This record gives sequence, C-alpha cells and structure tokens, in this order.
Amino acid sequence: MFETAMTAKDFWMLVQGAGMTLLVTAISVAIGTVVGVICGIFRFQAGPWWAIPVTFVLDVCRSVPLLIQLSLAFAFVTAVLKLRISGFSVACGVLSLYTAAYCSEIVRGALESVPPNTRRAGRSLGMTWLQDMRYIALPLASRVALPSWIGLSLGVMKDSALIYVVNVSELMKSTKDLITRLQEPLFLLLLCGVFYFVISFPVARFGSYLEKRWSND
Amino acid sequence: MIEIEKVRKSFGPLEVLKGIDLTVAKGEVLTVIGGSGSGKSTLLTCINGLEPIDSGRILVDGVEVHAKSTNLNKLRQKIGIVFQQWNAFPHLTVLENVMLAPRKVLGRSKAEAEAEAEKQLKHVGLGDKLSVYPARLSGGQQQRMAIARALAMGPSYMLFDEVTSALDPMLVGEVLDTLRLLASEGMTMICVTHEMKFAREVSDRVAFFHQGIMAEIAPPEELFGAPKTAELEKFLAATH
Ligand SMILES: Nc1ncnc2c1ncn2[C@@H]1O[C@H](COP(=O)(O)OP(=O)(O)O)[C@@H](O)[C@H]1O
Ligand SMILES: [Mg+2]
Repeated sequence: MFETAMTAKDFWMLVQGAGMTLLVTAISVAIGTVVGVICGIFRFQAGPWWAIPVTFVLDVCRSVPLLIQLSLAFAFVTAVLKLRISGFSVACGVLSLYTAAYCSEIVRGALESVPPNTRRAGRSLGMTWLQDMRYIALPLASRVALPSWIGLSLGVMKDSALIYVVNVSELMKSTKDLITRLQEPLFLLLLCGVFYFVISFPVARFGSYLEKRWSND
Repeated sequence: MIEIEKVRKSFGPLEVLKGIDLTVAKGEVLTVIGGSGSGKSTLLTCINGLEPIDSGRILVDGVEVHAKSTNLNKLRQKIGIVFQQWNAFPHLTVLENVMLAPRKVLGRSKAEAEAEAEKQLKHVGLGDKLSVYPARLSGGQQQRMAIARALAMGPSYMLFDEVTSALDPMLVGEVLDTLRLLASEGMTMICVTHEMKFAREVSDRVAFFHQGIMAEIAPPEELFGAPKTAELEKFLAATH
C-alpha cells in the first residue's frame, strides 16, 4: 500500500522525536503534579479568599493558549532576562505550570469530595491535620482524581506538540520536517499517530489498572 | 472525670448550648436524651475539642480542653467518639481501619497494633471480618468497627452520638449489645440515644436536654418515673 522513500535514519528521527515528547511530558507531569497537589491542598485548605493569588496565576495558565505562553516565555527569558536557557527548559517550565494549573483544580475538587465526617473521624482518633491528610484525605481524593489526572497527562502529551515553537524537536516537529522533505504527508501522519498511540496506551492502561486496584469493595 | 462548667456555645446567632453544668465520674454511664436540635451532638463534639466553645470550660482529667496550651491530639487519645454515621475509612480493610491510629498516633509497631486491633474486633464480634473492606459490611457491622477503632486507642472515655439512629431496626440490637458490654466492663460513657429502653437499663444517670439547656438529670428510675418538667413529660409521651 505504501511506497515510501523513508530510510531507517528517518525512522530513527521519529523515534527520537517520540522520545523527546515522552521526556518533556514525563518531566512536566511529574513537576506539575507535585506543584499542583501542593497548590490544590492550599486552595482547598485556605478557602477561596486566601487562595485568590494562587488561583489567579493558575487561571492565567489555563486560559492563555499554550502556544502564546510558550512564545512569550521564551522571548521573555531570552530577550528580556537575557538568560541562556534552552528551548527544552522553557518548554518543560511552561508545560509544568500548565499541568500544575489543571492538576490543582483536580486535587481541590477531589479533596472537596472527601466527606468531612470521615476526616472528622480521623481527627477524633487523635490524628493531626497532616496525618489525616496523608492517610485518609489524600488516599481517598486520589481515587476520585485518578481518571481526570490520567486524562490530563494524556492531554499534556498531545499538547506538547506545540513546543516546536521553542525549537524542540519532539514527535510532531520531526514528523513535519520529514513531511517537508519526503512529501508523504498521509503516511507520515499515520505513522506519527501510531507513535502517539504507542506512548499513550501504557499510561491509559496503567490508569485503569490502578482504578481497579483501588476499588475496595 | 469530665467536668463541664457553664459552657455556652453559639453557631452564629443561634445559641446551641446555654450554660451547661455537668460532671461525669470515672466509671459512670450517662445517657443523654432530648429532641433533635437540643445541642446533644454539639456537647459531645465540644468535649473532645472538635468544636470550640464561647465561654465556660470543659476539663477532662483536670486538663482544660479548650485552653490554648492543650495538645488536643494528645487529649483525644483518651476520648473515643463514635458518630451516628459510622465513617469507616473506605480505602482500608477492617483491620487496617482499626490499626491506623494506634500506628500513626501512638507509634505502635505493626505487630502490636495488629494484635490490639484483632482483640478489639473480636471483642465487638467482628473477628471473622478482619480483611474485608468496609463496603462489604452491614451498617451495624460498620458501626461496631467504628467502636473497635475508637477502643483500640485505649481511651478512658467513650462518647456515643446516636450510634444506632442510622441503622436498620434489625441491626440496632447488636450495636446496643456492644454498648452494654462496654458499660458492664466499667467504661466511662456518655451515650446520646433515642433508645429509651436502653437508657433505662444501662445508665447510672440520664440527662434530658431541651433547647440548649440540661433541663433534668437524674438516675433513670427517677427521671423516667417522675419527670419534673412539662417538657420532659411531653418528650417521653412522644417517644412512646
Ligand atoms: N456546624 C454547625 N453550624 C451551624 N449550626 C449548627 C452546626 N452544628 C449544629 N448546628 C445547629 O445547632 C443546633 C444543635 O445541633 P445538635 O447539637 O446537632 O443537636 P442534637 O444533636 O441535639 O440534635 C441545631 O439547630 C443545629 O442546626
Ligand atoms: Mg445529634
């Protein structure tokens, strides 16, 4: 069906692109989740009033298109701050914040879904706020948050296609470069789609595995 | 000993406790009856410091619950409380539910905590449910688990807030039997309850709450036999 001029070297370029996509996603999701959990707990605990500054920053990250955030951030650190920072670092930074913004929303919502009475029972046994958080509230909240968090991670992986604007050769950019050179858009896009699927699929499976494991009844 | 002195407490404009004076001695079983909204639950949550009070004071073994210097987490280890809604930790097995606080709060080793949890669960008749998740238990079993969970902390006092009110009538008996067992073993207990027969049987004294005031307190024969206030008479007539 496909007669292609693609060489093994070109294919390897796609593999490297996929590796870059995976790396940027992994870093951003890891940092973004840690920051998001902290911000989520803070927003939940502090109440809407005190949380306003944090919420504002996170809302900006959620509402300004990623493409604009990336371009602006890159221009800002290189041209204004005159820092010699790679596009890769900027991409990770922006995507981490972007992940953190959504993650904090997920965490806050999930914590709100934990019945206050269950936590009260924990506190009445002499547990501190932190112990209650750690052993009761967060475990229960993570079960609620898991599906949305998996969705977020997969979303970040797809959105990372935009980091070509800061000159990072991830999967999508590699594909586009090849398309320009080989002029085989259909085949290459299909292949690119397969790559995205291959790296997303384990994450989705892992999610449903956890979901099953955590359903205690 | 639990000493409650002139305790007042409001939620916003609503005064829920209007000057409560009450002393519960070691080994005593006090039941508290009264209409809904009369402040019974609020009093219990004030005793273990889950709710602040506006004035007056509460002493538990001489320690003032609401003093700034009081370590509430420490004090709560002495005061077990079981609520109407049993509040199992749904992500933990029955055994883990009971082990959690002794391990994390008292710093018990896993083996110690497990042995104690198993003992308490057998005590309340759940010896065969150790590795089951709470969702698989009936309401009565979950409530007994909650009692075992509180007992595993080795409390000196147990507070029960309408622990049978949310249960199917068929399951009330097993939980009351557990309370009777504790009473017979000499546990100091304050039980808020609507089960008048139970109150009559186990109590050393019964207190009647009405609109934030402890309207009457007396041994059961006296309180049920010869109510002094019209409110209590009305309340008793309505519950029969
Ligand atoms: N956290 C709260 N915030 C506001 N009002 C409350 C709160 N808890 C209880 N109340 C009110 O205080 C009154 C007494 O409640 P409660 O102590 O639960 O009564 P009881 O247990 O005797 O039924 C009720 O009118 C109730 O609505
Ligand atoms: Mg009540």
